[in-house]
Amino acid sequence: MGRWALNGVAAVALGYILLPLIFVVWLAFFRQEIPSFPPEGYSLRWFAAILDQRKFVDGFIISFEVGVLATAIGLVLGVPAALCLARREFAGRAAIGSLLLMPLIVPGVVLGTAMYVFHVELEDTLDVDVIGTFYALVAGHVVVVIPWIVRLVMASLAGVDRTTEEAAQNLGANRWVTFWRITLPAIRSGIVAGGLFGFVTSFGNLELSLFLVGPGRTTLPIVILQYLEWKIDPTIAAVSVVQIALIAAVMLITDRYVKLARVV
Amino acid sequence: MARLDIDTLTKRYGDFHAVRDVSLQVADGEFLVLLGPSGCGKTTTLRMVAGFIEPTGGSVRLGGRDVTILPPWKRNAGMVFQSYALFPHLTVAQNVAFGLEMRKLGKTEIGKRVEEALALVRLSGFGGRLPRQLSGGQQQRVALARALAIRPDVLLLDEPLSNLDAKLRQEVRVEIRELQQKLGLTTVMVTHDQEEALTMADRLVVMSEGAVRQIGTQRDLYERPADRFVADFVGRSTFFEGMVEAPGRFRTDGGLALACSGGAQGRGSLALRPERVGIAQTPWIGLDNSLPGTVEFVSYLGALIDIHVRLSPRDRLIVHVANREDGFAPEVGQAVHVGWPASAGQIFNE
Ligand SMILES: Nc1ncnc2c1ncn2[C@@H]1O[C@H](COP(=O)(O)OP(=O)(O)O)[C@@H](O)[C@H]1O
Ligand SMILES: [Mg+2]
Repeated sequence: MGRWALNGVAAVALGYILLPLIFVVWLAFFRQEIPSFPPEGYSLRWFAAILDQRKFVDGFIISFEVGVLATAIGLVLGVPAALCLARREFAGRAAIGSLLLMPLIVPGVVLGTAMYVFHVELEDTLDVDVIGTFYALVAGHVVVVIPWIVRLVMASLAGVDRTTEEAAQNLGANRWVTFWRITLPAIRSGIVAGGLFGFVTSFGNLELSLFLVGPGRTTLPIVILQYLEWKIDPTIAAVSVVQIALIAAVMLITDRYVKLARVV
Repeated sequence: MARLDIDTLTKRYGDFHAVRDVSLQVADGEFLVLLGPSGCGKTTTLRMVAGFIEPTGGSVRLGGRDVTILPPWKRNAGMVFQSYALFPHLTVAQNVAFGLEMRKLGKTEIGKRVEEALALVRLSGFGGRLPRQLSGGQQQRVALARALAIRPDVLLLDEPLSNLDAKLRQEVRVEIRELQQKLGLTTVMVTHDQEEALTMADRLVVMSEGAVRQIGTQRDLYERPADRFVADFVGRSTFFEGMVEAPGRFRTDGGLALACSGGAQGRGSLALRPERVGIAQTPWIGLDNSLPGTVEFVSYLGALIDIHVRLSPRDRLIVHVANREDGFAPEVGQAVHVGWPASAGQIFNE
């Protein structure tokens, strides 16, 4: 009885998550321009339509570039930060730990506003272009990427047996060699998962990007939003399908190397 | 292999002395065991020798070289950890090869020494496995092989057998000891298990509350314990609380008058090993002490029978008799006489 109830609730939750995805995918293959049910027929014309519109392709490229760069920078900063937070005793450790996870909690609009104001100040002070530049966009995204990396790397560090590191040192490895040969392989899955989630977060980010993009540099989520403002046709659904497929592919490939279910 | 000299080694955490003025020498090829109850500072001492803990004071010399402030990777000490600490992502052979790679040996030399080390612990042919594919006992042997492969100046073992089941533990004890003797390894082992310590050691160091209580052979510790703690911790003893009234006479708080030897006048305890006491149906003639009592508890330990005899409302004595066919085996409630020579007891003054 309790078991049936539990399964039922799980099914409802799963359906709640999957239903919109299923509709979007279905919609992408409708033939008619006005999305209405039932479909008049099926076609791939909306996928072809994406490629006809430069802004989708450009947006995709920008989002991808920003995501990759922000993730790379996030890893360089986040992995050492996670190591320090997990391993070192220092005053304010808990506070810094929470601070690094903040961007996951603070609404994107608030974060975006804060960053925009900061960029204005910076531009005034330094007298160089900051607002709307590609680098400002990347810098902003690094902020939302880091929490994922710090969180997942710290989680995997918690599972590392410290005595294996001592054993390495006992056998003649200095701290640096110990890190590369013993610690890093042990937290590899956390790093990969952190990078992956960071990338996905960056790629799909809308609120923050709205404040940071400049003319001619619009990320895919913004392109989609702008398109929706004056037109509703299955093109958007097709774009979403491409995004979903891309993210699913990245996850599947990653999962072959590290079992994501084990770290997340 | 080399000798190890530890001099007034101390480790303080705040005001708390985890290790206090520990001095000991381990000769080349000697097997020394640090024995003591949990929390007495054994691991801390061993880890200071390995270089994982920086001493607050004192020094560690390995083969005549002062290594007190050297980092672990610059000492040639091989350690076997309680949890084995095998590298989970490396195969058995790669685990054993790790220390040799750190020493920048050639590929062929490494291969040869890995084979040798695995053969020593009877794991030839297991080189390609991952640690998690091995049993606990096999993992323990890999850890040993890994420590031996680097040909350490000293082998350090921290409770190496505590994660094995009882039967296996007895086998591995003998195995490690034989290997140690065959290779002439200078070895320091830490344990809280006195049986383990007594079977394996050349010499033992009994520790309590961070300090050394006594250093000696099994016989030294058992026959001539330095203090009440050692007499209690190594082997079993009955302690009569009371006072030495006059030279050779001890009166227990329960009112028994006992013949004793040694000890200064004043309060103290009289310790008696259970197997040094005779038990019979009739009084003992020709022994310094012969007392009547009632059997309160009997337990068969196999080779031994453990008998508790009530001598006075406040005094109870433990007697061990060999479980022999013709031996006297009293029952609970039976009236008996216990007897022992004055020299069998030892006085510890307060
Ligand atoms: N980092 C530390 N900080 C404070 N106290 C410690 C620390 N490490 C060990 N101790 C204390 O030092 C004492 C000795 O510990 P240890 O050497 O591990 O004992 P043993 O190995 O004999 O069981 C214990 O009371 C332990 O609580
Ligand atoms: Mg210990």
